[in-house]
Amino acid sequence: MFPELGQFSLILSLFFALSLAVLPLVGYWKGNRLLLETARPLTLIMSMLVLVGFISLCIAFLSDDFSVLYVAQNSNTQLPIWYKVSAVWGSHEGSLLFWVLILCGWCSAVALKIRTLPADVGPIVLAVLGIVCVGFLSFLLFTSSPFVRILPDAPLDGGDLNPLLQDFGLIVHPPVLYMGYVGFSVAFAFAVAALITGNLNASWARWARPWTAASWAFLTLGITLGSWWAYYELGWGGWWFWDPVENASFMPWLSGTALLHSLAVTEKRGVFKSWTVLLAIFTFSLSLLGAFLVRSGVLTSVHSFAADPTRGVFILGLLIVLIGGSLLLYAIRAAQVRSTVSFGLSGREAWLLLNNILLTVLTLTVLLGTLYPLLFDVLGLGKISVGAPYFNAVFSPIALLLMVFMAVGPLSRWHQTSANALLVPCVIAVLVSVSVSAGLVYLLGFGVTAFISLAVAMWVVVLSFYDWFSKVSAGTKGIIPRARQLPRNYYGMLLAHLGMVVTLVGIVLVTVNSEESMLRLSPGDQATVAGYEFRFDRVEQLKGPNYLSSKGQFTAYKEGKQVAVLYPEKRFFTTRQQVMTEAALDAGFTRDLYVSLGERVDEQAWGVRVYVKSFVRWIWLGGLLMMAGGLLAALDKRYRKRARAI
Amino acid sequence: MHPLRRKRLIIIIAILLILSSAVGLVMFALQQNINLFFSPTQIASGEAPQQATIRAGGVVVEGSVKRDPQTLYVSFDVTDYQYSMTIEYLGILPDLFREGQGIVAQGSMMANGVFKATQVLAKHDEEYMAPEVSDALKNAQSKRVTVTESALSY
Amino acid sequence: MRKFFLFFPFVAFSILSVVLYVQIGKDANYMPSALIGQTVPEFTLVSLTDDELVSNKDLPNQPYLINFWGTWCAACHVEHPYLVQLARSGVVIVGVDYKDKKSLAEQWLNKKGDPYRYVLMDELGHFGVDMGITGAPETFVVDSQGVVVYRHQGEINAQNWPVIEGYLQ
Repeated sequence: MFPELGQFSLILSLFFALSLAVLPLVGYWKGNRLLLETARPLTLIMSMLVLVGFISLCIAFLSDDFSVLYVAQNSNTQLPIWYKVSAVWGSHEGSLLFWVLILCGWCSAVALKIRTLPADVGPIVLAVLGIVCVGFLSFLLFTSSPFVRILPDAPLDGGDLNPLLQDFGLIVHPPVLYMGYVGFSVAFAFAVAALITGNLNASWARWARPWTAASWAFLTLGITLGSWWAYYELGWGGWWFWDPVENASFMPWLSGTALLHSLAVTEKRGVFKSWTVLLAIFTFSLSLLGAFLVRSGVLTSVHSFAADPTRGVFILGLLIVLIGGSLLLYAIRAAQVRSTVSFGLSGREAWLLLNNILLTVLTLTVLLGTLYPLLFDVLGLGKISVGAPYFNAVFSPIALLLMVFMAVGPLSRWHQTSANALLVPCVIAVLVSVSVSAGLVYLLGFGVTAFISLAVAMWVVVLSFYDWFSKVSAGTKGIIPRARQLPRNYYGMLLAHLGMVVTLVGIVLVTVNSEESMLRLSPGDQATVAGYEFRFDRVEQLKGPNYLSSKGQFTAYKEGKQVAVLYPEKRFFTTRQQVMTEAALDAGFTRDLYVSLGERVDEQAWGVRVYVKSFVRWIWLGGLLMMAGGLLAALDKRYRKRARAI
Repeated sequence: MHPLRRKRLIIIIAILLILSSAVGLVMFALQQNINLFFSPTQIASGEAPQQATIRAGGVVVEGSVKRDPQTLYVSFDVTDYQYSMTIEYLGILPDLFREGQGIVAQGSMMANGVFKATQVLAKHDEEYMAPEVSDALKNAQSKRVTVTESALSY
Repeated sequence: MRKFFLFFPFVAFSILSVVLYVQIGKDANYMPSALIGQTVPEFTLVSLTDDELVSNKDLPNQPYLINFWGTWCAACHVEHPYLVQLARSGVVIVGVDYKDKKSLAEQWLNKKGDPYRYVLMDELGHFGVDMGITGAPETFVVDSQGVVVYRHQGEINAQNWPVIEGYLQ
């Protein structure tokens, strides 16, 4: 009953999406006010219908309705209830429905805020979003409906959720990541609406800014959660693998970061107009490309969904219509835009231009590394893989350079900056950062790379605080009132930049200061790693709700004192006959102890990973700071003003 | 030169400079870090280079996994049903490693024809279930039946 | 000149989509089956229907499919009706009941219809290993000379059938 209701309401929502994609545009061309005003109710009804569809699927999961193929494949009576809910987005069909739901959520948010936009812009934005909705809804309905039934003989029990996904991280990671991915469709819609109306002045940048900042914040959090999940769940203690699917989320983040900065320039100075529009399209395209790579099976990855050529062709068609269409529109319409305002080479515009160039280059290098195996294969040169060393070698120097400039940008003034205003703080910052970093590296015995990276981190910290302090101490009002007066936007930026620093420090220290060893240990054995003594106490057999577990116990000592007791597990999921490693962690601000059981090599002995990871938490702490910065910027008061009635 | 022109020139030169150094960096890194894939048949016919980092893969031959009793050293054969090759590895094999399962190893060929792996990856296909799943499914079903039975007997 | 540059993103994207299109459908995990171009490996198995021994010489002399299935396999449930439909339209299918129990297989065929010329019982899965299958369902196309020309992993359905049919002729 509920599956049919879900299917029906999705079909209905497709019709509303179609009307949303067409009516306001017709209204715009005919100058019909009434048609334009249909956009808002159409959006809200469409979203409600998709929500009904989503809830129907949730009910099918919660009631163990295994006559629904998707439920039968991804759930099981023994699955704990919270995983039954997260199993809804555990595989292709459901996650696509979830994607559409979030897309509708963003559409509704725009619809509810439509009064902050001029009367002829809002409906067009919604119409563009409607086109995107049509694309994804038809993809969902025509190739991957989650409501397909297996009748008449439905299985008694389901095939269970992939054990990799039976984890807290995977309950929260996809929703947040999708919020980010899909959120960029709003910026895209603004850009395309600007191209359609030919109204490419600075105001569209101001409307798009909070939306972009919000989706950027979600994407940042999503990537952070994904990295954290991979660290503790995949069982080998890496926090970033340069896996195609990770890159798929990272590329929109990079170009979204560029977009965030270029929107600021366009809003404030009215320059880079057509570049900003292009970036908005580019960022959304990368989100779509990510979806394509994950769902079409053209690249191998630990996270990708099962391959299906039909879906691949459909989503490629979607890509061609949405991206190709908007790029064509861009090529035709952007020629009319000319920046009339000029900018100086010493002004903030120039620094942000540099930021944009570097971020775009970074995006392209990641894109190239991700797609290179495909290119190679298409040209018939053989099957290859591009490993993490490529990405590390290319990404790190450019990213460090970017961070060097990142600190200078805020210090500069729009249009023109006097050399002295930059020279003094820069000299101070160079002296401080080089000496502090050299001291640290000398004391701890790190190499050149660590020295450079830590110096860059110090440099950003010094310049950021210098900038804040000079802004606060100017004028006569006193420090605290001045500090309060600075816009949220500014604090958002400060927070995000410092978040980058925290992440950088984490990355550097975890790379140069960690100790990792793979050992063959039997209960009773001891091993010393990075000054910590690990004793392998025992292994016991336990039974979980849908798995059997071998649970190890390790006690860690430092200088004879007990520091932690760790319980790594090896879980055997009975339905899927799959083994999962649950690493045991003792998390700390400056170091993590990480123990995971590998395979059992004989009656007694186990292969065991024992790691002491230095400052690894900082990587995600930085991510959280960046997210907070993004949200703060999105909530800046300036964006809440209503548009004047036209 | 006109100041506007000059400024544009500077910007273009800066962009070109950054782009060309990035391209150089990318080319260099790609040359160092791409790994070609070879099947056991290709390796048997001598197509694979020695000492270079490559990837090789196939299905793990049943009964070929041998472990060293003291260390984590392990060796096993993989096959593409035409030729087999031996892979040696020091470390912990992935959870999905199993006899009869497809794997991909990264490493290099040694002079004695053995592949020395630095990394072993096992892939799990989600599209269709391994036969063993059936038994589990049946077990789960029978368990469910017994649960209801015992519930009835109370 | 400027106009020309504005078309650059569009052109770059078009090239990219061609590359992506070519790549769709090629399974990145695909390990080319070494059996392609070879004859079906030697086997002697028991037929499900009449308990007779069946070996290579009993295989059909015309192009046919070898379909690995099992009652335990969810995807086979989905695939089965389509196979029945194919058999009705004249396609010859040899079924291999892979790692399964006889009684269950009989039940299944009685209930859902029998699309197979005959069904071989591969209870231990040895034939499956010889054919190099990685799961079920999996289907091989054999031509009239008894040579394996194509392998399909996963279920057969209306979408992918044209490709398989192409090899069958």
